[in-house]
Amino acid sequence: MNAPLGRIRGGVHSAVHHESAVGHVTGSALYVDDQPTPTGMLEAALVLSLHAHARLKRIDFSSALAAPGVIAAISAFDIPGKNDIAPIRSNEPLLADGVVEYVGQPVAAIAAETLDQARLAARLVDVEYEMLPPILALDDAIARESYVSPPQVIARGDVDGALKQAPNRHKGEFRCGGQDHFYLEGQIAIAIPGDAGDMLLHSSTQHPTEVQQCVARLLGVPFNAVTCEVRRMGGAFGGKESQATIIAGIAAVLGAKAHQAVKLRLPRDDDMRATGGRHPFLIRYDVGFDNDGRILALDVMLAANGGNVADHTPAVLTRALCHIDNCYWLPHIRIRGLACKTHTVSNTAFRGYGAPQGMIAIETIIDIIARQLGFPPEAVRQQNFYGVERNNVTPYGMVVEDNIIERVTHELDRSVDIARWRERVTEFNRTSPLIKKGLATMPVKFGISFNKPVLNQAGALVHVYTDGSVMLNHGGTEMGQGLFLKVAQVVAETFQIDLDNIRVSATTTGKIPNTSPTAGSASSDLNGMAALNAAEKIKARMTAVAAEYFDVPAEEIVFASNRIYAGNRSTSFPELAAISYEKRVSLSATGFYRTPKIQWDFATLTGRPFFYFVYGAAAAEVAVDTLTGETRVLRAELLQDVGRSLNPAIDLGQIEGAFIQGMGWLTSEELWWDAEGKLRTHGPSTYKIPGSRDVPANFNVRLLADAPNREATIFRSKAIGEPPLMLAISVWLAIRDAIASLADYRVAAHLDAPATPERVLAAIDAIKTCNAKNAMTRRNIQ
Amino acid sequence: MALHFVLNGKQRTVEGVSPTTTVLDWLRMQARLTGTKEGCAEGDCGACTIAVAHERNGTPQYRPMNSCLMMLPQIDNCAVLTVEGLSAPQARLHPVQQAMVDANGTQCGFCTPGFVMAMFALSQEGEPVDDASIHEALAGNLCRCTGYRAIVDACRHALTHPTQPAVCDGREALQTLTPTDDYRCGAQRFLTPRSFDELFAAMAQYPNAVLLGGGTDLGLRVSKGREAFPEVISTKGVADIRHVTTDATGLVFGGAVTYSELLPQLDAHFPSFAVLVRRIGSRQIRNLGTIAGNLATASPIGDTIPCLIALGAKVTLRSRTGTRTLQVEDFIVGYRKTVLVPGEIIAEIRIPFVLRDEHLKIYKLSKRFDQDISTVIVAFKLLLDGDKVRELRAAYGGMAAFAKRASHLEKALAGRMWLAESLADIDEIIARDFVPISDHRGSAAYRLRAAANLVRRCQIETTSSVLVRVEAL
Repeated sequence: MNAPLGRIRGGVHSAVHHESAVGHVTGSALYVDDQPTPTGMLEAALVLSLHAHARLKRIDFSSALAAPGVIAAISAFDIPGKNDIAPIRSNEPLLADGVVEYVGQPVAAIAAETLDQARLAARLVDVEYEMLPPILALDDAIARESYVSPPQVIARGDVDGALKQAPNRHKGEFRCGGQDHFYLEGQIAIAIPGDAGDMLLHSSTQHPTEVQQCVARLLGVPFNAVTCEVRRMGGAFGGKESQATIIAGIAAVLGAKAHQAVKLRLPRDDDMRATGGRHPFLIRYDVGFDNDGRILALDVMLAANGGNVADHTPAVLTRALCHIDNCYWLPHIRIRGLACKTHTVSNTAFRGYGAPQGMIAIETIIDIIARQLGFPPEAVRQQNFYGVERNNVTPYGMVVEDNIIERVTHELDRSVDIARWRERVTEFNRTSPLIKKGLATMPVKFGISFNKPVLNQAGALVHVYTDGSVMLNHGGTEMGQGLFLKVAQVVAETFQIDLDNIRVSATTTGKIPNTSPTAGSASSDLNGMAALNAAEKIKARMTAVAAEYFDVPAEEIVFASNRIYAGNRSTSFPELAAISYEKRVSLSATGFYRTPKIQWDFATLTGRPFFYFVYGAAAAEVAVDTLTGETRVLRAELLQDVGRSLNPAIDLGQIEGAFIQGMGWLTSEELWWDAEGKLRTHGPSTYKIPGSRDVPANFNVRLLADAPNREATIFRSKAIGEPPLMLAISVWLAIRDAIASLADYRVAAHLDAPATPERVLAAIDAIKTCNAKNAMTRRNIQ
Repeated sequence: MALHFVLNGKQRTVEGVSPTTTVLDWLRMQARLTGTKEGCAEGDCGACTIAVAHERNGTPQYRPMNSCLMMLPQIDNCAVLTVEGLSAPQARLHPVQQAMVDANGTQCGFCTPGFVMAMFALSQEGEPVDDASIHEALAGNLCRCTGYRAIVDACRHALTHPTQPAVCDGREALQTLTPTDDYRCGAQRFLTPRSFDELFAAMAQYPNAVLLGGGTDLGLRVSKGREAFPEVISTKGVADIRHVTTDATGLVFGGAVTYSELLPQLDAHFPSFAVLVRRIGSRQIRNLGTIAGNLATASPIGDTIPCLIALGAKVTLRSRTGTRTLQVEDFIVGYRKTVLVPGEIIAEIRIPFVLRDEHLKIYKLSKRFDQDISTVIVAFKLLLDGDKVRELRAAYGGMAAFAKRASHLEKALAGRMWLAESLADIDEIIARDFVPISDHRGSAAYRLRAAANLVRRCQIETTSSVLVRVEAL
């Protein structure tokens, strides 16, 4: 082999820019709302429930239908097929049928000639309600055993016995709040009725297949009558996994009724009211531990507020249960998961998918143990790490084979010198009476693969045209995470041609059928492998053509740096494509992949749900104002395992973005409902995601070097979308540390998330009161 | 009469479009310039940011504004740039665009055009900037994907280039435009009077017309409420209320002066007020909104209102029949209620200078530092007499139905030793002054506790060098 091995531009592991970066900065990248619209397209608006729980007595469209420009109005009654869009279970209506179960639930929809006409007419729809008593609080749902799906339990060992014998024991509860996805592009879909009952959807969805199937079910037509296409989304984060179907479904039913194209774009307030977010959790625990801080037994309840229907709640809950262990060996454990039903909007997938709630539970419990024993929390963490040879089985029975927890935490510790850092923080606190600093570190272990094995498959379609340009399609969707780019890099690498020769076209169910959602971080694993499979098929055929052309054995053909070599002779990729066509060889192939090794028993909640784990570690420093509860994150140091990164630039962006999103969840982002169950934080003026100034001034992210995935993933890379979000729990722990400094680090204040100034100040005042009482007691003893 | 403006370098004449069409909707639906996005339609996310230049103050300069809150006639006689106007298709990118690409500052890309426009406008200022001013300039733009680090890097890098205009600059064409004072579409009218006389004539002719200052509050009724006001009278063009001056005793400015226009004088004379104003809304908002508008809405929080009350500012109201001048605290009389009567406008606001031995301390508490409505805001004007308080003016927002002074607190502290120990009963005193509500910004208990603690912060900050603000770190 003497082929010159110059690197192609944009192969795997190279830090190329997002494939749409120029389109983004010039405004020429088209989102659904930017597309040229079909002639006569109608605009739609929703009628949302005003009550948390009520019987629908009457829906009167007469005023709305008489309003100018109004073409069609629908309620549940107008759905020709089945009024059910449940992604996991069943009986989850598109439009409320007989009863409304949350404020903001879509009750009806209007299509009119203009957007203003539709929105104004929607207000004219007269809905008569008969009030029913709602369950609004999670605690009430728990007390009344109001569930959207059955409780789940993972148990191992003798929890009760071990708790009784433990030298130390602590019981408590705390909560973490929900989170709105706040994708910048609100939910939107265009439904275009076509030939013979066909329906084409342009939907901002992470799950085109679910949109296709649900629309087909709603319209009562076979799946092959519906096509769903999505070029790009303006952010999604899980919020467009199942709930994009609501928007697409309503547009489709309106379109079918009006026989005209219909666009439904939710205004931000409707988007935030009608669609759900991250699940708020209530966590109750009873933990037993030895004098070194080793956890001996843990009995814990994770109660998720699922909202009015199951949606993704059962699966989110399973992932929460499967991540409460994080990096820790929990010998005797019982985890009870409750999927609670309340009369609030149904919560859904959100980056992390239950794992953040599971992880914050164990991290907070460890923090409490450390304070009680007077040890640094990082020491207690280390006591409890999974072992490599022993103590290495998760509560759900999976052996942690790829454990690099110690490596990751040590490397972070070494690079930032946590001990010195802590000294500086402690020193600062000695001289600053009002502003207190806190520091915390924590590791993350996150399982990759959908818990439900069937979803771990993917398809791809690759065409090579006779000019050597390549068209790539796969089942994954682009929401900004760089998936299209990474998969294109895989194809460029396989053919050994520059990246600009690969065009990734819009995802469509017409090209790749039966796809899984772009979710669970694993989309480059799945779709990358499927694309590799397709490209390799074509490459094998082209190799045979080249071997014949050069008259050498196929083994001597080498694809390298945009050419195909046979010893000293070579031809260009376009030339070989043209020759292959001349030889009547197919230049198109589908690819397929299914994740190996995984299995899951839904009855016992045991098995190997994950192909591998992704690891990471973080340290964060915060400052807290003890008079107002205001906080500021001053510094964050992250070390993230990405395997052999497919694209370090993209991965860095994922890590930073996930961390800041997680930080928002735990600090400034507070969803607030009033006593009637109305969400009062339904726009950016009241719901505060982080801004640029909230990013720690000192923010350093490193990718773990020389850490190829030990499993045979696509070019030994690892998934990255979700794991770093949980590194933000370090911010939460650092705030707790700053508060604990007021009691010489011996008291863990009660704190719920998000740590808003109000909650932080309440925790501080509680600690001050506690200090004063202790001082009094000491004086009395003296 | 038609509207005339310059859009991405080309003169545009618009007729037959409702004056209550937002600039954003017109750009996207009629001009088919879809680079400008709607993310929230309430002026908070910045995805709709455009740059607008007009001739009012010498050389026209492009400044960022929220197109979602603006009615189309607000860009009459202006040069407008959208993201499509920064660089030519398929050609070299503008440095701010190139910097965003190079720094990997885009992910989903939906917020990107807004960021690019905010960065472009900042780059046109041509002044050296530090990280704090970059954050201030980007505070009106939200990104949910990147975590901002790459965007801030891109901004920092772009600003190292010499200022480069947009390819479709178009400001020179402003000379050729004639302003439209009376825009009509169907039965709707949008009037832009140029003087008191014209203004009062218009108000007399259309007593039910809405009065438009910057429109950052009113604009919501259009962008979100889809209201089609029959008549709008804009005060933006009234020359008599556009002045900013100082005299021997204070700062005086007209009712149409925006936050941004006032900031240089606030920086010079009321630095702590200037710091607060930079946390109100965003540059996009401050380029539109006016202090008089903030007063007239009489919001219970109204960030500038407690400041103006504590400073002892006066407001001059004018109508066809005359003028009257009163204290700001007497101007606000209830929840979103002022003494303004039909036909009357805020002509002028006067803020007396802070004397050398007076302390002015302004504290704003909110869930997010930038661009958030206060949970509690307080302004203290404190005059000490040795270790004693001679006089304290304390005005709070977010504590009652309208911003007002804490009279029990003021009375209790007058003559008291200004020591930490002498503030033990502050919580009880504040509770006599205010019965706040609990809402999504904070509970009544938090508001009361924080309001009291801010007195403690003021005591510490005026008597020691102890660090009292997390933002200082």
